[in-house]
Amino acid sequence: MKYSFKSLVALFVLAASLNVYAAADLEVNTPGVNAIKTSMQARHAQLAPHYVSGAVGLTMDGMIALRDAGSVPLAARQTVNALIAAENQDRDALYAEIANANAHPEWKAEIRSTFAQRWIQRAQSGWWVMSNGSWTQK
Amino acid sequence: MKKVWIALPLLVLSACVTINIYFPAAAAEKAADKIIEEVWQQSEKPVVKEAK
Repeated sequence: MKYSFKSLVALFVLAASLNVYAAADLEVNTPGVNAIKTSMQARHAQLAPHYVSGAVGLTMDGMIALRDAGSVPLAARQTVNALIAAENQDRDALYAEIANANAHPEWKAEIRSTFAQRWIQRAQSGWWVMSNGSWTQK
Repeated sequence: MKKVWIALPLLVLSACVTINIYFPAAAAEKAADKIIEEVWQQSEKPVVKEAK
C-alpha cells in the first residue's frame, strides 16, 4: 500500500516538473496559429509598400493603422483600408489563438503587448511606428 | 501518517497550478520574434553586406 502511495507522489512530482517546463515555453505551433501566419505572410507583400510609403504604420497595441491617407492614391484607398482591417483581424485572432493554444485565454493581452513591442522593434528603418501617442519614423 | 500522503500530492498539484499562472514573458518574446520573422520574411540576423 505504501509503495503505491510513493509512486503516486512520484507521479505528481513528475507532473509538476513537466508543468514547469510547459510554463517556461509557449506553444505557437498549432494548425490555427500556422493558418493565421500564412495568411499574414501572403498579405505582407501587399502591405509592405504602404509601410515604406508611410501610409500605414504600426500601433502600440500590436495592430496597424492608416497613418497618412494622402500617400495613397484615391483609387487604392479602399484596398488599403481593407488590407488594414483584414490584417488587424488576423493579428487579433493570432494573439487569441496563441493564448488559447496554451490553455490561458487570459494571456491574450500580455501576448498582444509582447507582440506590439516586437513588431515595432523589428520594423524596418523608414517605417512609421507609434510611440508615446505620436507617429515616429524608424 | 496517512494524511501526509493525501496532503502531499495536493500540495504538489497546487504548486504546479501556481507555477503555470505566470505569463512566460521571455518565451513569449522568443515566440513573437519567430512569428514576426516568418510573417515579414526576415532573416534571423540582419543581412550584413560583404565588402569584397
